[in-house]
Amino acid sequence: MALLEVRDLKVEFRRRGEEPVRAVDGVSFDVQPGQTVGLVGESGCGKSVTALTIMGLLPKRGPHVSGSARFDATELLSLSDRQMRDRRGRDLGMVFQDPLSSLNPVVPIGLQVTEVLERHRGMSRRQATVEAADLLDKVGIPDPRRRLDEYPHQLSGGMRQRALIAIALACRPRLLIADEPTTALDVTIQAQILALLANLVRDTETALIMITHDLGVVAGLCDEVNVLYAGRVVERAKRHDLFAIPRHPYTHGLLSSIPRLDAPRGDRLSPITGSVADNIPWTTGCAFAPRCPNALDVCVEVTPEMTDDVGVPDNRSLRCHNPVERAKRDGEALV
Amino acid sequence: MTARTDKIDKLAQHTARSDAGVSLAAAAWRRLRRNPVFLLGAAIVVAFVVLALLAPLLAPHDPAEPMLGDQVVRARNEIPPSQPGHPLGGDQVGRDLLSRLLVGAQQTLLVGVLATLIGLAGGLVLGTLAGALSGWVDTVVMRVVDVMLSIPGLLLAVSIGSLFAQPNQYTVILAVAIVQIPVFARLLRGSMLAQRHSDHVLAARALGVRERAIVFRHMLPNSLGPVIVQATLVLAIAIIEAAGLSFLGLGNPDDRLPEWGQMLGQAQNVIDSHPELAFWPAGCIVVVALGFTLVGESLREALDPKSRR
Repeated sequence: MALLEVRDLKVEFRRRGEEPVRAVDGVSFDVQPGQTVGLVGESGCGKSVTALTIMGLLPKRGPHVSGSARFDATELLSLSDRQMRDRRGRDLGMVFQDPLSSLNPVVPIGLQVTEVLERHRGMSRRQATVEAADLLDKVGIPDPRRRLDEYPHQLSGGMRQRALIAIALACRPRLLIADEPTTALDVTIQAQILALLANLVRDTETALIMITHDLGVVAGLCDEVNVLYAGRVVERAKRHDLFAIPRHPYTHGLLSSIPRLDAPRGDRLSPITGSVADNIPWTTGCAFAPRCPNALDVCVEVTPEMTDDVGVPDNRSLRCHNPVERAKRDGEALV
Repeated sequence: MTARTDKIDKLAQHTARSDAGVSLAAAAWRRLRRNPVFLLGAAIVVAFVVLALLAPLLAPHDPAEPMLGDQVVRARNEIPPSQPGHPLGGDQVGRDLLSRLLVGAQQTLLVGVLATLIGLAGGLVLGTLAGALSGWVDTVVMRVVDVMLSIPGLLLAVSIGSLFAQPNQYTVILAVAIVQIPVFARLLRGSMLAQRHSDHVLAARALGVRERAIVFRHMLPNSLGPVIVQATLVLAIAIIEAAGLSFLGLGNPDDRLPEWGQMLGQAQNVIDSHPELAFWPAGCIVVVALGFTLVGESLREALDPKSRR
């Protein structure tokens, strides 16, 4: 059984006198124990709201949530605030995008690690301090005993993110959600942090949901990838399959807008035209249709459903009336 | 070879030690030490506090005992001029002016510090309540605060001061303190609200940290900066307002215990012939208030996140 089962999750932000905004529009996916799952998409496609909903961190007023998110057979969405608070940090961990602003600037790193150990593992301050140094050491922070007394602004960006990962993993959660953990870091550090995350989740058998807009991150880390567009999953595939044969025109567009080392010289990048804002409601067709090079008449008349993709050999799903055909890409260099 | 690695280790340890555990406060202090504005303000404040605390020892004469001039002179309202042993001369009833200024400094310090502390305490409680609980508690507290803020400070202090049938120095302190409560409350609530939506509070929530710990460990300490700065500025305001109340006769009626505002009020009658009697207490009030203001402003600058390197 899956560790986390998200089914038909919908999050709507309603404001009086205004059209409700549907940030997440029926997202479903599974995370198996120890598996790394990617949620990929442009800004505003609902990645972060999905994560915050699973964590129960959406503001109380405003959002309207429906659907289901079952963690280890417990429905997270119906838990009380208190029950949810006991699970956060213990069963469910989260790492945020900006490591500096995610740490309390007036509290030394050590206390921020021990806080969660005392809270969830009932350790004394003394035990927790020993454990905290051990944790910092595990995430590759040199001289951890000294770092315990330092404040966040004294650490480099990479070290801060390491510290945050140490805090998130302190109570050995079974599921870690990383919301663009490398976006605020420079590329060399990005690679280190990704390698660290990959090692840690493998060693501790933690399941990881990797939220990112960076397909490079996905390529290096995720077992399975969900591509989101306008609040819905449009394509789901194993990592290698997705890169080898992108089926949805959106996925295809994302991949061809990334510069590649092995592309012929003089090749131009082909961006996806338009922006996420140029969409039509899912109820009247495919939200991506206005930007889609493959769009047919049916795309603006019938809502595409998520179906098993029969056009390719492996087990994968797709939400598209007119997927990218193999033949179309024959001239292009592929993975 | 080993000598070199040893040396590198030593250097590494040295630099490591020198900046380990430097908190934001320590970094701010480093900047303050080089700021001439702060140094001037701090010098005034330190001098004032030292003089005030040591006033009973430093004052050359009893501030309550008329000892200059004879009865006849006093009856004609002559003011004793400067003379040996009495560098500033005497006041209307022949008491040594320098001694009265020194002892008055003690009163002024007491009033300023106590009024600020009471105002700060009240503001911290109300501001934390409003910022932490939000909802209707926030609404009620903030509307009361708004009403109080809509009345000019000194006017409100005078109104509160005149409520007491028998004014004394503590009613002055209370009146001035109550006026400052809404200032602190609003300031603290504002920065608590900003903290509530900050990433690190969200991160703490994501770790399942309890609401109480979030308020007291994560939101409150991060919100105190502007409040502390305001407190130093309020010290100056409290001193001026307390002097104002005493000047208007709402202070301690017993003039054997001198207070600068009260001295200023009494000098009013002779201001045409003897402006120096008003000059000295007024000058003291201005200089001390300036000192606290300079310290407060430079603190605000040093703690401003934008000025951080």
